[in-house]
Amino acid sequence: MVQIDARGLSCPEPVMRTMKAVDAGNTEIEVILNSKTSVENVTRFATSKNFKVEKKENGGDTTLILTK
Amino acid sequence: MKNEKTLLIGAGIILGIIAPILVFFGNPVNMGFCIACFIRDTAGGLGLHRAAAVQYIRPEIIGIVLGSFILAIGSKEFEAKGGSSPLTRFILGAFVAIGALMFLGCPFRMVLRLAGGDFNAIIGFVGFIIGILIGVAFLKKGYTLGRTYSLPKLEGAFISILQVGALALVVMAPAFIFFSEAGAGPGALHAPIMISLAAGLIVGAIAQKSRLCMVGGVRNVVLFNDWNLLIAFLCIFVTALIVNLIMQNTVAATLGKSFFKLGFEGQAVAHTDGVWNCLGMVLVGFASVLLGGCPLRQLVMAGEGNTDSAITVLGVLVGAAFAHNFGLASSAKGPTANGQIAVILGLIICFVIAILNMNNKEA
Repeated sequence: MVQIDARGLSCPEPVMRTMKAVDAGNTEIEVILNSKTSVENVTRFATSKNFKVEKKENGGDTTLILTK
Repeated sequence: MKNEKTLLIGAGIILGIIAPILVFFGNPVNMGFCIACFIRDTAGGLGLHRAAAVQYIRPEIIGIVLGSFILAIGSKEFEAKGGSSPLTRFILGAFVAIGALMFLGCPFRMVLRLAGGDFNAIIGFVGFIIGILIGVAFLKKGYTLGRTYSLPKLEGAFISILQVGALALVVMAPAFIFFSEAGAGPGALHAPIMISLAAGLIVGAIAQKSRLCMVGGVRNVVLFNDWNLLIAFLCIFVTALIVNLIMQNTVAATLGKSFFKLGFEGQAVAHTDGVWNCLGMVLVGFASVLLGGCPLRQLVMAGEGNTDSAITVLGVLVGAAFAHNFGLASSAKGPTANGQIAVILGLIICFVIAILNMNNKEA
């Protein structure tokens, strides 16, 4: 499981970091985010790459678990 | 995901209708909205520059920030945050203004100029894409301005509170506020305050909800083959084009203003110098990618409590003031030598900022 902490990064950096992990061939990726826009963007990107997206809320942070 | 697309299409259509309506009610031709020009007019209204042709505190800007603020509060998306290289963003914002005032339009007005038949905007669009591609190349190399952090709520709300102050000033019109006199130029052309404000509120709310962004549109296609935002862009163009054509064939003659005119020559608030139309928008596209969003998106994010965007907006305000104080802004006659130097300087500064923030260890 690769972990990406993309909290506080502005658009489109969270998606780019996720893309890098996907391109590296990872099939289990955990992305921690704290903005609704980033959660939407990463979810849309992961779905388009055929990943399953599981969402966990923890205070102000959202963790997306992407699996293939 | 389908909802997002529907929302963006709807957003594009509504923006495409509202813009020509504002022209109908008095805004300059092909300038239902122009974030850079309107912030420039606001700078003039506040006396930050003394170009008599462009002085008016534009209620559209006030409305966009407040519309986003109100919707963000209502949907619990308001979040005070900032601290991602604010001064760098301020500088980039200033150069976005300088680039946009070389071309005479922000990316939003560029689309509206296209929809009004202004071919100069095609050249601008080419430059805009080139600028975005340069920015994207740096994003791929790990460019980042660093993370934002949570801040006190008041800090995030301040830019919206300032808008209420600006609204009070334009409504009460005290003697120390500047208004372009009738016939003086674009600053004298405006819809009634309440109509402008209402249009701004609607656009701000819609743009907040849909995350509409002109720079993001092109950027996301290049980076992720994601066409969502660009579709909104196309919807604004097509809708505004249709409404312009309808207006041109109905009310245009009575109003004595043109809504649609095909060609390069004689376009409203525009010039025909292709090289500088292009380079101005290269600067806007490049700087906006480095900022993470177009001027409209910056206003909206400022309303959502992002103080980095608020600082960027203030950078645009100051940059626009400088653009007129130093004679950098173009006019219908064309660009100025000072403006050309400033755009080149802006491009160099963008490259320096981009290079020095690659693989930033702070993030």
